[in-house]
Amino acid sequence: MNPEAKAFMIGVCREYGSDRTRLMDIVRRIQEQERHVSLEAMELIAEELGIESVEVRSLVSFYSFFSEKPQGKIVIRVCNDVVDLMQGGAEVSRAFEAALGILVGQTTADGKFTLEHTPCIGMCDQAPAILVNHVVCTRLSAAQVPRMVEILKRTGDPQALVTQYGGGNNEDERIRSMVQNSIRREGEVLLAPREAEAGLRQAVAMQPEDVVRSIKDAGLRGCGGAGFPTGMKWEFTRKAAGDRKFLICNADEGEPGTFKDRVLLTEKFDLLCEGMAVAGYAIGAQEGIIYLRGEYAYLQAFLESILARRRKEGLLGTEILGQKGFDFDIRIQMGGGAYICGEESALISSCEGLRGDPKTRPPFPAQKGYLGCPTSVNNVETLCTVACILERGADAYRALGTSQSAGTKLLSVSGDCEWPGIYEFPFGVSLHEILQECGATDAQAVLVGGPSGTFVDPAQFNRTICFSDLSTGGAVVVFGPHRNLLRIAGEYLDFFIEESCGYCTPCRAGTVLMKQRFEEVLAGRGNQSDLDYLVELGRTIKSTSRCGLGQTACNPVLTTIANFRPLYSALQKAPDDNHKASFDIYGALRDHEALAGRTSEIFPHTN
Amino acid sequence: MDKPKLATCSLAGCFGCHMSILDIDERILDLVDLVDFDKSPINDKKAFTDRCLVGLLEGGCSTEENVHVLESFRNSCDILISVGACAITGGIPAMRNNIPLTECLSEAYLDGPTVYNPGRVLPSDPEIPLCLNNVYPCHEVVKIDYFLPGCPPSADTIWEGLVALLSGKPLDLPYQLVKYD
Ligand SMILES: Cc1cc2nc3c(=O)[nH]c(=O)nc-3n(C[C@H](O)[C@H](O)[C@H](O)COP(=O)(O)O)c2cc1C
Ligand code: SF4
Ligand code: SF4
Ligand code: FES
Repeated sequence: MNPEAKAFMIGVCREYGSDRTRLMDIVRRIQEQERHVSLEAMELIAEELGIESVEVRSLVSFYSFFSEKPQGKIVIRVCNDVVDLMQGGAEVSRAFEAALGILVGQTTADGKFTLEHTPCIGMCDQAPAILVNHVVCTRLSAAQVPRMVEILKRTGDPQALVTQYGGGNNEDERIRSMVQNSIRREGEVLLAPREAEAGLRQAVAMQPEDVVRSIKDAGLRGCGGAGFPTGMKWEFTRKAAGDRKFLICNADEGEPGTFKDRVLLTEKFDLLCEGMAVAGYAIGAQEGIIYLRGEYAYLQAFLESILARRRKEGLLGTEILGQKGFDFDIRIQMGGGAYICGEESALISSCEGLRGDPKTRPPFPAQKGYLGCPTSVNNVETLCTVACILERGADAYRALGTSQSAGTKLLSVSGDCEWPGIYEFPFGVSLHEILQECGATDAQAVLVGGPSGTFVDPAQFNRTICFSDLSTGGAVVVFGPHRNLLRIAGEYLDFFIEESCGYCTPCRAGTVLMKQRFEEVLAGRGNQSDLDYLVELGRTIKSTSRCGLGQTACNPVLTTIANFRPLYSALQKAPDDNHKASFDIYGALRDHEALAGRTSEIFPHTN
Repeated sequence: MDKPKLATCSLAGCFGCHMSILDIDERILDLVDLVDFDKSPINDKKAFTDRCLVGLLEGGCSTEENVHVLESFRNSCDILISVGACAITGGIPAMRNNIPLTECLSEAYLDGPTVYNPGRVLPSDPEIPLCLNNVYPCHEVVKIDYFLPGCPPSADTIWEGLVALLSGKPLDLPYQLVKYD
């Protein structure tokens, strides 16, 4: 290793106080500068941090944004998730392969380009989309690709690909992105006009316990997907023993089909900071962390500058709004491209500089979270809503939505519809209404809640978005009549196989078994017993997995079996005679027949 | 009324599971009261004479002959039970699944350290069944109704399983019988 690189790496470690818990940041910086983290670099980091180099390697190997092998100066990540594939993502990948002369997964010989696939990057409303280092390019077509590669070769600067900005804060000089907000429906809470900092002012005029009570009274439940009552989570955290407490904002937004947090971060970041300060005040946390998914790095400079401005304005830091004893600050923790890090305990591991492995619960984060301290993890939308609730009062919020599901919900709508984008609806809205508003007239299916959610068939389009019916983090993906729904379910299953952290055998291996059998069924070699097997295996995986990923990984298959049974029946060609049509005796004998130079006498070839 | 019939076979297994069946000791006398043995290595009966209620399978499928026997069990038995790790997962024999068949056979017949085969011929007598490319668990070849795990499942597990099935009672295996670590 050259002395310059060595000095740089040691410098980075020291910048983070050679603190083992900041390993994510250290590795990220070194990856970006050196384009990889070599074994030598790992040893150097380990020595500097006083840990074993295998601990560094364990982290580097976990996150898709880090690599042991040198990557190109420019890494092109093409989204190959379902929505992008529906809109030409595969052609875009192939065009990049052709223009760069490499395959996906490879780096050009001159070390300039690496081409990769990535799951959903939160741009489904403007698919197909890619990441070029941190720069997002959207609505691509294969035809544009040669010119893009030519620009990159000429300038070496991904930003040179951005010739038009996407509107709103995407035009801000700290973002300069072509990403569009595509806000289609401004509802009554989050996207409605409001008075800045009114919620925070209201909060500091109250006792922290009363703030918690208001949030409880409002009936707010987590918007990240699990729907846990926010007030209750805060109360647990507030009451947990310990002086040092943390508030973490979950901005990992990894569920394919979800992009609402991207829009809130872009357009409502002050509101989010306000909500976080309220939360810090309520639970007694002085430190806040925003866990920002690596894919949204293009927003980082903008967000950092708003944090700095708020510190200057006395809205962050010590004695917020002049209130003695109300100290609260926020740091941004960048993620490394791992869906599992959206799961709150995995997210905490990642913040601690570890692999993004979920933790065993109990203890729950509210008792023992980040660095062992009581921690509340809340979604971006949840925290934004908190500030709105305090501003208008719990009753006003509760008056919206349904009796069991108060308020409004941001939906990220994408797929086969006229107007993909963000919609703020009151809870209780039906799929019919959503489809009508987004201009989808002939949907054969709607996926609510992303792949971990439910595929819903047209007969059930009167079902509603709320906690007692279709509970969701907000992803709504529409599939038109020409889509092969079961293929799509299989692609989503692949996503979970790829993203499983690998800790639980049912999740790591069971999902692969599921995929194998599912493929047999798709190939027409399955029968009823195979469907029974899939359902049974799905149940086992669900009940024996440690975290939500494994518990929902089989949903694409299970919910299509439940709601789209005719699609499966149509594939079933094999007789139900207790012999597995998927077992191919001739294929299994081929190798030995060739070696032995004779054919089987027990299973003679008929033709 | 005739007693129900029971058949057993060892496919790609080590006969350990059959040993475990014999391990039920004096309960074998109770078993003979409950069932008649049809095709089985235990009575050395080579072919089915009657339709059987239950077939116990040891071992997975490594050769064409294993497949053939397994299919005859499926055709002749109402209920099939995979007994033991090999029947359920392929077990030890399935360790060859990561090695191409050519390499396995070369190691066995051509290049292994104890092999003397100057003519370098692979046996190909039709009497010797052909190997499958992989070792398959029984349920990938035919439908299997029940699974009794273990290597081998203990005599008590097999006994409890059979008695529950024959008497139509739910199977309630104590944790100790299905705990392996
Ligand atoms: C595999 C997995 C991925 C998740 N991803 C996210 C995510 O990207 N964003 C999020 O807010 N919550 C995500 N969650 C839910 C979080 O674990 C947690 O419930 C949530 O952040 C709590 O915030 P809330 O109560 O405000 O919703 C995920 C859960 C699982 C199991
Ligand atoms: S369920 Fe899957 S993702 Fe969750 S801890 Fe287990 S292996 Fe990891
Ligand atoms: S399961 Fe164990 S005892 Fe039974 S055949 Fe296989 S190796 Fe032998
Ligand atoms: S950005 Fe490609 S599916 Fe979401």
